[in-house]
Formats: sequence, structure tokens, C-alpha cells
Amino acid sequence: MTSVSLPAQAQQALSEFQQYKSWEQRSRLLLRWAEHLEPFPSEAQCETNRVLGCETKVWLTAHQCKGVWHFQASSEARLLRGLLALLLVRINGISATELAQLDVQDWFQQLGLAHQISSSRNNGLNAVIQRIQKLMQAPV
Amino acid sequence: MMLSSPWRADFPALANLAHQGLVYLDSAATAQKPQPLLDALQHYYAQGVANVHRAQHRLGNRTTQAFEQVREQVAHWLQAPVDSEIIFTRGTTEAINLLAYGLEAQIQPGDELVISALEHHANLLPWQQLALRRGARLVVLPLDASGQLDLVAAQSLIGPRTRTLAISQLSNVLGNWLPLKPLIQQAQAQGAWVVVDGAQGIVHQPPNLKQLGCDFYVFSSHKVYGPDGLGVLYGRRAALAQLQPWQFGGEMLDHTDYYRAQFRPAPLGFEAGTPPIASVLGFAATLNYLYQIDQAAWIAHEQRLHSNLLTGLQQRSGIRILGQPQAALVSFTHESVHPSDLAQLISEQGVAIRTGSHCAQPLMQHLGINGALRVSLGLYNDQQDLERFFQALDQALELLV
Repeated sequence: MTSVSLPAQAQQALSEFQQYKSWEQRSRLLLRWAEHLEPFPSEAQCETNRVLGCETKVWLTAHQCKGVWHFQASSEARLLRGLLALLLVRINGISATELAQLDVQDWFQQLGLAHQISSSRNNGLNAVIQRIQKLMQAPV
Repeated sequence: MMLSSPWRADFPALANLAHQGLVYLDSAATAQKPQPLLDALQHYYAQGVANVHRAQHRLGNRTTQAFEQVREQVAHWLQAPVDSEIIFTRGTTEAINLLAYGLEAQIQPGDELVISALEHHANLLPWQQLALRRGARLVVLPLDASGQLDLVAAQSLIGPRTRTLAISQLSNVLGNWLPLKPLIQQAQAQGAWVVVDGAQGIVHQPPNLKQLGCDFYVFSSHKVYGPDGLGVLYGRRAALAQLQPWQFGGEMLDHTDYYRAQFRPAPLGFEAGTPPIASVLGFAATLNYLYQIDQAAWIAHEQRLHSNLLTGLQQRSGIRILGQPQAALVSFTHESVHPSDLAQLISEQGVAIRTGSHCAQPLMQHLGINGALRVSLGLYNDQQDLERFFQALDQALELLV
């Protein structure tokens, strides 16, 4: 269920991904989205920010300001950076309450990328989502 | 001429996978199953199950007899010497843990436990943890630049304090055979127990244990076209007599009162609880199937495929092959593409290969890489499978480079 509002960039992602059906076009698109990822400071690529539970290296930082979470993430793998970009455009800028209600699985389902979450521990997206949920539950 | 496999049709999953557009090149992780195994499982469950070593009834006797016959069959397949036993475990991992716990009382502070630098986590962690528990020292035999075990270095590292040597027959990452014979002789000359991890090797070269002379040999049924949840621990009787039981429960004891017990010798003393009966009986069917295959033709088929795989990868620019693979599998990386990206796009095209650290993180660190892709072969694979893989690889590289 997604009753929460869709940020503009997320809307754009959705219409782009719904346009293409072949794995090749969708992979190209994912690689293009990887380029949209907000630059991740190299000093933040440290063990503290490393998301455990995936074989590919992934880093995540989170800040909360006036009830809105802002996440930054990066990975050494390009396709995963694309997936992270698609995750961040959906969750950044929405209120903490909206974020708590958001069904991330459903978001990737809409993009036609649900298998990227469930497929394997290698790709790491699942571990990132779990880490975000944990961060939100932790006392600030 | 297209290289085809005369045994492909014996594995019903291959046709079903093809129907779904999938190509299976991950047999080093687990292998598909032949029809006779499926029939044996169906037969056992349909004809009436019974527990082994317990009941007096006819069904129990029949099952126990069939179950015990499989030990002999496995021993025969391994060309095991007479003064030895076959113990059933849940897998290679459990077999090695059994050994590490069973030998624990024999290990003193300062003793040395030797492994090689290319061991799978299953043949690293049980020894690493045993060393930590007992204040012993884990000694790692190094590799040379080409990924082969450095025998000269090994000579100086196996010494009077060496109590165990645990080593693979065939590397699950580099695909090279280890020089078992000289290592076994050297370790045994120092009075050490030698454990050979045959998980990868046995599928491509069943051992002759009479000649090999190791104290213990372990493997998993599921990698050698058998059912899941079953491993084999072969041990020389004299070596097994040194082990203490590690899991306690039904049927592994001679006698107990509330406070004390006497345990059975191997094999039953190391098989607490109900064993995986169906898997043991199913594995017998797999072995019968493998027996009727012409060994020379089987090995030649896999060697030709392996050589074509290796050549095809070598022809592509930017591909770096790990080590000097001799059989069964080839692991590789690309100079400018992350292995996870490559793996994902190959998978999108319906080709199943393995990616990651292959349960050998220290080896990856040693090679200075963050993971690798691995293509591995079974006797049912053919040239068309390789063509599909190369096509997927080329398409993926076109997108990523």
C-alpha cells in the first residue's frame, strides 16, 4: 500500500522504468541512474558506514533534520549504485512518518525490480533497506 | 563439431531449466540430480519407511540392511582400505567439525594445525576455532605466484609440532589439484593426522584411498549428483579410535545410566540421532548410476569443455583468470568491471554462474580482489551451455565497459 506522496524524481524514475521491457534497456537505464547518485564523500567510505551482510561494499549515512531523514549511499558496484539511487529518490525528502509507513518492496515492484531485493545477498540492496529500518528505530 | 553430453538426458532438471531459458554452470556449488536418484527416493518413501539400527520389525531390518550396504558401496567407490570406516554426516562441513571437535582433547597449547591458503571456510574455520580454543597455532601453507601450493615452503612449515594437516583435493576457486601425496607423507612422518577435503575433487576424480593413505577424507553427496543433507567421513580405524564423540543422543552408545555412558566405536558412535536415511539410500542409486558411466569418456568430456571454457575466456580482452585452473571450473575477474555488476547482467540473461568470495575470503584478500565470477561444469554440460555463457558475458561487457 502506498498512500504516501511520490517525490518528483521518483515519479520520473517510475515512468522511465515502466517504458522499457527488455533486460538490456532496463540495465542501461539502471546504469544511467547510477550516475544520478549524489556524490558520496570518500572519507565517509569507512567501516562505520559500511553496510554489513552483503559481499559487495556498500556505505550508508543518515541525517535527520526537522522530522525528515536524508540518506546518502554508495557502492563499488555500478548497478547497485543505480538501485541505491532509485531507493534514495523515493525515501529522501519525505517525512519520517511517511517513511515509516513506506513499503519499499512495493516501490521496487512498481519499478519492475523486485527481484533485485529478494535475489541474493550479494547485491546488498536488502541489507541497505534493513539498515535504514534499524536506523529509524534507533533513538536519535 | 558441437560438443554434446551423452548423459544430459539422464538429468531431468536440465530439460526443465532449458524450458525456462536457464543455463546451469554452477555445479561446483551443487549438482543436478540423475533420474535413478529421484526414483530411489520415490521408491523408499512409497514402499514404507523405517528407522535404522533400532526396530526389531521386518521393515526396520530391511531398511537397516540397505542402509549399511551403502557404507560398503561408498568404501568400494573410494577404494578404501579394509581397516577403515565410513561415517555418515550431514555434509562436508559437519564432517570437518566432527574431526575438529573429536580431536580437541589431543591438541595441546603450542601444537600446530596446518591448512593451505586456498581452503574453503569449511576447512578453515573449524581449525581456526580449534586453535583458538586450545591455544594452538594455525599454520597456513602459502601459494606461489601462479596459485599453486608452494611445496618448498610447505616442507619447512610442516614440523614436529604439527598435529593436523587439513587440505583440499581440488580448489573451489582456483580449480587446481593439490599435491596431496608429498604433503600427506610429510605430515604423517611427523605423526600428524591428515584430513583431505574432497568436496570439489571427488566429482572429477574419485580418490584411491588405498594409495592416497590419508587418515580422513570428507565429501558431500550433493555435489556429486547425490541428495542433500548427506556427507561422508572416511577414516582409518586407528585414526578414528583417537576421536572423542562430539554429538550425543540416540543409538551412539553401548550403555548409559543417568550419570555415565559408554559410547560405541565408529561409525555408530559418531552418528547420534536418526541419520538421513532417504539420502543415504538415494546416494546408493547415484553411485550405481555413476558406476555405469565410462569413466574415461566422462573425464575426457569434462576436460574438453574445461579447455574450451578456458580458451574462450582467454580470448576476451580485460578478463583475468585466477590461478591456473586444471579441472572443473574457472574463476575470473575483469580489469575494469566489478564482479557483482558482471554477475548481475549475466544472471539477467538466464545463465547461472557463481559470484562473490566463494567462501574463501582470505584467499580473495591474498589475491587482492574483491570477489570473482566462477563458471563450473558438470558431466551434463555441453558446448551450447558455454556458448550461451559467452554470449551473455559479451553482452554484459558491452553494456558495462
